[in-house]
Amino acid sequence: MAQYGFHFNAQRCTGCKTCMLACKDFHDLPSAISFRQVYEYGGGAWSQNDRGLWTQDCFAYYLSVSCNHCSDPACTKVCPTGAMHKGEGGLVSVDRKKCIGCGYCALSCPYRAPKVDRSQGFSVKCDGCASRVLAGEKPVCVEACPLRALDFGEVSDLREAFGDAADLAPLPPSDATQPNLAITLPRHAARAAEGSIENAREIV
Amino acid sequence: MNDAMVSRRGFVKGSALAGLGVAVAGGGAFSLFGCSSQGEQQTGASEPTESAEQVFWGHCSVNCEGRCSLQLHVKDDEVVWVESDNTGDDEYGNHQIRACLRGRSIRRWINHPDRLSVPMKRVGKRGEGKFEQISWNEAFDMLAENYTRILDEYGPESIWNHYASGVNASNIGSFLSRFINMNGGCLGRYGSYSSAQISAALPYLYGTRAANSNSDIVNSKLVVMFGENSVETKAGGAGPTYHLEQALEQGGAKVIVIDPRYSDTVATRADQWIPIRPGTDAALVDAVAYVLISEDLVDHDFLAKYCIGYDEDSMPESAKGQNKSYKAYIMGEGADAVAKTPAWAEAITGVAADTITELAREIGTAKPCAIYQGKGPQRQSNGEQTARAICMLPVLTGNVGINGGNTGSDLDGFYFSTFSVPTGDNPVETKIATFTWTDAIDHGTDMTKLANGVRGKDKLEVPIKMIFNYAGNTITNQHSDINRTHEILQDESKCEFIVVWDTFLTDSAKYADLLLPDLMPVEQPNFVSNDYAGNMGFIIMGQPVTSPKFERKTLYSVLSEVADRMGMKDEFTEGRDEQAWLEYCYEEARKKDSELPTFEEMLAQGIYRRKDPDGHHVALKDFRDDPEANPLETPSGKIEIYSEALEEIVATWELAEGDIINPLPVYAPGVEGFDDPLRETYPLQMPGYHYKARAHSSYGCIDVLKQAAPQELWINPVDAESRGIADGETVKVYNDRGTVEILAKVTPRILPGVVSMGQGAWHEADMAGDKVDRGGCINTLTSLRPTPLAKANPQHTNLVEVAKL
Repeated sequence: MAQYGFHFNAQRCTGCKTCMLACKDFHDLPSAISFRQVYEYGGGAWSQNDRGLWTQDCFAYYLSVSCNHCSDPACTKVCPTGAMHKGEGGLVSVDRKKCIGCGYCALSCPYRAPKVDRSQGFSVKCDGCASRVLAGEKPVCVEACPLRALDFGEVSDLREAFGDAADLAPLPPSDATQPNLAITLPRHAARAAEGSIENAREIV
Repeated sequence: MNDAMVSRRGFVKGSALAGLGVAVAGGGAFSLFGCSSQGEQQTGASEPTESAEQVFWGHCSVNCEGRCSLQLHVKDDEVVWVESDNTGDDEYGNHQIRACLRGRSIRRWINHPDRLSVPMKRVGKRGEGKFEQISWNEAFDMLAENYTRILDEYGPESIWNHYASGVNASNIGSFLSRFINMNGGCLGRYGSYSSAQISAALPYLYGTRAANSNSDIVNSKLVVMFGENSVETKAGGAGPTYHLEQALEQGGAKVIVIDPRYSDTVATRADQWIPIRPGTDAALVDAVAYVLISEDLVDHDFLAKYCIGYDEDSMPESAKGQNKSYKAYIMGEGADAVAKTPAWAEAITGVAADTITELAREIGTAKPCAIYQGKGPQRQSNGEQTARAICMLPVLTGNVGINGGNTGSDLDGFYFSTFSVPTGDNPVETKIATFTWTDAIDHGTDMTKLANGVRGKDKLEVPIKMIFNYAGNTITNQHSDINRTHEILQDESKCEFIVVWDTFLTDSAKYADLLLPDLMPVEQPNFVSNDYAGNMGFIIMGQPVTSPKFERKTLYSVLSEVADRMGMKDEFTEGRDEQAWLEYCYEEARKKDSELPTFEEMLAQGIYRRKDPDGHHVALKDFRDDPEANPLETPSGKIEIYSEALEEIVATWELAEGDIINPLPVYAPGVEGFDDPLRETYPLQMPGYHYKARAHSSYGCIDVLKQAAPQELWINPVDAESRGIADGETVKVYNDRGTVEILAKVTPRILPGVVSMGQGAWHEADMAGDKVDRGGCINTLTSLRPTPLAKANPQHTNLVEVAKL
């Protein structure tokens, strides 16, 4: 069975968040809910030398991530009603008729993909823009990206084209849920272990 | 609105879209995924529906210079979601004109509950924001009567058509110039808030301000960028950010960025970051020049053939034999007898001497090398000197006028078929520098040619008495020193009448005497051509997406009514409505460019792209190829490293204390710079920057953008710790001009001693009370003191202190 996934090119991404805002527009999401997050991740420190000059070893990169429609999703395992399910194309989505809004999915997902929309009483999340994909289009975030840093398709094709890297801080280890995500690593990837999330207030 | 306009307004999705080869989203069939509930998860426009959803072309008309395309999906006369360009194969060179996060959020602006909906007149004090609804007839009368009265009493030099950039459609805002010019014109203005210093300075060096298309970086070996951050400022997908990405991906040049901030350009494009104290870029350049000259890395042939003023041999007669050449100055043989060594520059810039030497060797040996600057370095108190100095690096190394090089100026690109509605000429020849308009209100008749940059007359004869402000937030929010500006504007005996058109009650709109509810550009016939867009130009034509809501009217329809009251309607309108004017202007453009699609074709296709037939725009290429046949527009026809024209200005102008203009393109300390004694009181330098959340102040009230990119003060951990400030705490930023309260983002991405906040956040203060700005508007803290040459805005030169609240 086909398994769809995303490609993210961290070398092209500038952290502009067009993906996130295009998604919010298309899916009509409020400020407090995002299906796609853009992490600013970085580190480095400053020190003053004996001439009073500042030296530094700063680095930063951006990482745009939505639901990765995992092959071994955490959210479906904890869902007590079966509302959270893996459907055709391997896309993970919510059956609103079954969802009771308990929030286990949101708590379990290491990518923060599902959220409980308290105003509606059920979970919401990225469904890979299933309706668009069905119509032969890419998800709206992919089509919106000004840097062409996102792609979507059968994950086997993506991995063949872009490699199978799926681990990049601050994402959890990929062996936990087997995300269908192929990452082109940023130029600063080698320093990822030294960094931290720099924009926690922007993550919802 | 005529019938033709309505019938052309859009097309039913599915028919015309299919003709463009675009698949239709949100259809009812769902075979791949069966009848799961996933379709129900979609909201708004994507719900399966049979009701007609129309798609209209338009563009995001704000002033980031992206001019990106939009396709607005409309149902039941409401915009329900916004797509951008999805036509063609998106192959680079014929790529889609994709909007950024701002354009993608325009629905929230169009449908915003706080939009202005009715005409209003002021009832409180100016700036209080108290208004009362009036009828349109009252509004037309009020505008016509006040305009006529002020024209009669003070003459057209008292009229000011305010600098504004909220609407950049070619066919909308210029109706105001047409209207004013027909009534005797107005006090002219020169320079902008964006680029006044570089625009004033570079003509003394090159005869013009010009740069290569940044797509040409594909031909570069090394790219050095001073304060250039178009990755964030011009984020659209057909603008410089995408061209830079592709040029580097395909060409592989090394990138060095010089900036006090580890900007998004540094983070995502740079091989090396050189943090530098704001306002000291020219000192770095001087020292790089010292190394280039010492190590014989300069292009002697280029300097001899194309330039004057490099060394004694090429000095103009008036300056010969006085050790006034560039080389003499740099090497310590000039009047100051100081060699501009890397050690000298280290003390000014904070950049290590060995880093400077290494940079010089890289610039001197990489062929070709592209030197660019953003507009940040020039928007400072010594910005004219900085802008010109940066250009010395390509001049010294012969990288001007060639592929893979650049002039050292900011971005340029390929343009075609720009137009505006016919505005006629402004009969008034007197001009002032744009930024000095508050001076012209407050003490206009004291302003002179030699002290204040008045042009066309030796002094102003009348102050500004009336302001027309269409779609601009530069009355307060985007001007400087808001608290002082507030005082000047509150005195109704000075400026007697202010009319403002806008879509929101912006901070500037609060100063209106008459406040008129505008339509968005996408709600009226609209046209735009690209600004900076590398080597692929484009035009976009759009039609009104919905009918006008509430009592909102176009600028044109308002001016037509006022013109009627002033007895000149026929002359103003020539019998055309908005759509007829658009068609007229477009057909005029087609007469000069027959390859343009027909008007009807443009209505259907919305966008038209054209690649630069020359490959990439190369500035001054004609001059480089044949300097005799194609001299520059400088007095000598050559690159004037030493400018006699500037020497004349130095000798004749009345410069304020601390203002420096040098005939050479070299470092000059700026007022309120890092070495100003004021740093004992306000130790932190605070440049602003252009933030992804907004284009200037446009989109500043859109909640999803404010959440995604909150307004914060960048402060280095070193400076935060010494003040007891933790990340995420509210701090106050203050100087003698005002106080801002804002969240602190404690980040290593900024040089110690420097803090920064994005410009354009909406000013939010009790102006009858403590005047503390809790909106985070940088212009609460910026200065009204104009720069030496351009008499322009030094908005990135600010000294402040930061304290925990």
